Amino acid sequence: MTLASMARKYEPRPVPRKDGQRLTTSAMIASLAAEGYDTVAAPFGHALVDLARRDDRILGLTADLAKYTDLHVFAEALPDRFYQMGMAEQLLMSAAAGLAREGFIPFATTYAVFASRRAYDFIAMAIAEENLPVKIVCALPGLTTGYGPSHQATEDLAIFRGLPNMTIVDPCDAVDIAQMVPAIAAHPGPVYSRLLRGKVPSVLTRHRPDYRFQLGKAQRIRDGKDVLVISSGFMTMRALDAAELLAKDGIDVAVLHTPTIKPLDTETILAEARAGGRLVVTAENHTVVGGLGEAVAGTLLRAGVTPSFRMIGLPDEFLEAGALPTLHDMYGISVAKVAEQIRGWL
Amino acid sequence: MDRDRRPSATSNVSLEQRAWNIRRKALLMAEVQGQGYIGQALGVADVLAASYFHALNYRPHDPEWEGRDRFLLSIGHYAIALYAVLMEAGILPEEELETYGMDDSRMPMSGMASYTPGMEITGGSLGQGLGIAVGMALGLKRKRSPAFVYNLMSDGELGEGSTWEAAMSAAHHRLDNLICLVDFNNQQADGRSTEMLCSEPLEAKWEAFGWHCQRVDGNDLDAVVGAFDAARALAEARPRVIIFDTRMCKGVPFLETREITHFVRVEPDEWSKALAVLDEGRPQ
Repeated sequence: MTLASMARKYEPRPVPRKDGQRLTTSAMIASLAAEGYDTVAAPFGHALVDLARRDDRILGLTADLAKYTDLHVFAEALPDRFYQMGMAEQLLMSAAAGLAREGFIPFATTYAVFASRRAYDFIAMAIAEENLPVKIVCALPGLTTGYGPSHQATEDLAIFRGLPNMTIVDPCDAVDIAQMVPAIAAHPGPVYSRLLRGKVPSVLTRHRPDYRFQLGKAQRIRDGKDVLVISSGFMTMRALDAAELLAKDGIDVAVLHTPTIKPLDTETILAEARAGGRLVVTAENHTVVGGLGEAVAGTLLRAGVTPSFRMIGLPDEFLEAGALPTLHDMYGISVAKVAEQIRGWL
Repeated sequence: MDRDRRPSATSNVSLEQRAWNIRRKALLMAEVQGQGYIGQALGVADVLAASYFHALNYRPHDPEWEGRDRFLLSIGHYAIALYAVLMEAGILPEEELETYGMDDSRMPMSGMASYTPGMEITGGSLGQGLGIAVGMALGLKRKRSPAFVYNLMSDGELGEGSTWEAAMSAAHHRLDNLICLVDFNNQQADGRSTEMLCSEPLEAKWEAFGWHCQRVDGNDLDAVVGAFDAARALAEARPRVIIFDTRMCKGVPFLETREITHFVRVEPDEWSKALAVLDEGRPQ
C-alpha cells in the first residue's frame, strides 16, 4: 500500500560524470557571504568566554552539540562553567531553568530544530512563563544545511514569535554575534537567538563602519531611493550584495537590518516604510509563514502604511536536501535570485 | 548549617495532627470551589506533613530565604494540597483559604510560581519538575549551599521521557542534594497508571538509573519519616528517590471506597459529610 499523499523523491535520477559540476552537501557558514569578506572563527564561543570572565553568573550548557555551536571554545577555556547535558534537549532546557532560578545566566545551545520542535513546551513553561534569564542559542537556522528537514529550522521564528516574554534575535554576521552576546545576557528575560558558527563572515562593518548591534533596534545599513529591503540574519548579507548588483542597473536599494525579530522595532520600520514611496521587500531565511515578513506586514497594516510590498523567504514546504548554493538558488534566497526577484517587481 | 533549626524541631504538634490539619484545609478549599483534586490531596497529606514538619528547612516568614530547602511541585494540579500545607506551615495566611481557585486569588487551581509564596515552580505540564530540580541542585552545588532540592511528582509523570532524561542526569552529576518524591497512587487521568503505561518494576528502574531508592507506604507516617531520614542521611554521592504508595482520598472512608478516579466526584451535600467523617478521625 502506498500513501497517495506522500511525496516520493526516490525516482531514478541521472548520475553526473565524475568531472561534472554537481555540488556536494557539505558547506561551511563562511560560504554564505560573497567572496572578499573577512571571516571570524567561532565569534559566539569567544564572545561568551570574554563575557564569562567578567560575569561569574554566566554558564554554558549544551545537549551534545558543543562543537557544532562553538561552545567548545567556552568549554575549553572555562571547564568549570560548562555543563554537558547529553543528548537530552528537554533536560537541557529544564536544567537551564533551574540554574536560572538559582541566580545564574545559562546559555543553552543546540540546533534550532531541536530547541523549537522538541523542547518547546519546556522552553514555554519552565523558562518563558516565569521570564527566567535563559539564553537559548541555536545553530543551523533556516536553510543553512543541506541535510533536509530534520536539520533545517525553517519555522523556528514563527514558533517562538508566538511565545510571550521571549526575545528573538536573528544575527547577520560575526559582528552581530560577538556584540549580541553581552547584550542578550544583560536583558533580564529569556532570549532565543539563531547562531552562525565556524568561520563566520564579517559583513556589516564593511558596509557601515560605525555599525554596532543594539538589542531591539533595526538599523539602516545602506540607503537607496527605489527599494527598501527589511531583512534579518544572513539575508541582510544577501540584500547588501544584491543591492550592489542592482546598483549596476541603476536600481537604488536601501537595506534595513532587523536582527531583533521580537520585540520588533516598529518605530524604525514604520519611519523607513513611510519615506519616499519605495517598494518594500522583506527578506528572511525562514518560511514566509509567521516570520519577519508577516511581522512587518502586520506592523505596516496596523499603522495604515501600505506601500507596494513583497516577501522573500522560504516556501511553506519541507525543503530538499542538497548543496546549499543549489538550494539557495532553488528557493530564491541567493544573491542572484534576490536581485532577480526585486528587478522583476519594479 | 541550620538543619537543627528546622521548624519541626521546635514544634510539639504531632505529625498525625499536621496531616489531619492538611486534609481538613484541603477539604475546606475543595468545598469552596465545589471540586478539586481532593483525592490526591487526601492521599499525599502524610507525605506533605513529613516534608514540611520533619524534613524541610525553611523560614515561614521568608519563603525566598536563600538557605531554604527547595520543594518543587511538579504536579501542578496537587496545588490544593500544597496550599493546605503552606497554610499549616504559616507561609500562606489561613484567611486566604476561602479564595481558592477564585478570580484574583493567589491560589489558582494549578500551581504557579508567580502567584503563590512558597510555590517554587510552575508545574502542571507534567514531566518538567525533575529536570528543573536537576538544574537547581547543580546551582546549589555551585553556590556551595547545603540545601536540598525536593521534587514531588506523580506516578503518571513516570511515563514522560523527560523524567528519565533528568533521572540519568542527576546520577551522572552525582546530585546527592536531590531527593525525588513519587506519589504512587496508581491513578492517572484515564485510569490506573500501571494499566496506562506500566512503570514497574519501579525500584529496579530507579536503581538502574543510579539512584538510591526506597519504597514505603505513604500513608504510614513512621515509614514516611524513616524514609526521609534515610534519604537525608545517606552518605553516598548519588540522588535519592522515595516512592510512596498512597491511597487516594485517605482519611475519608466513603470516598476511599468510591470508584476512584483522577478527578473524584463529590456531590454538593457530601462535603460537610466528608468533613464530619474526617473530624471523627481527629488524632487525640
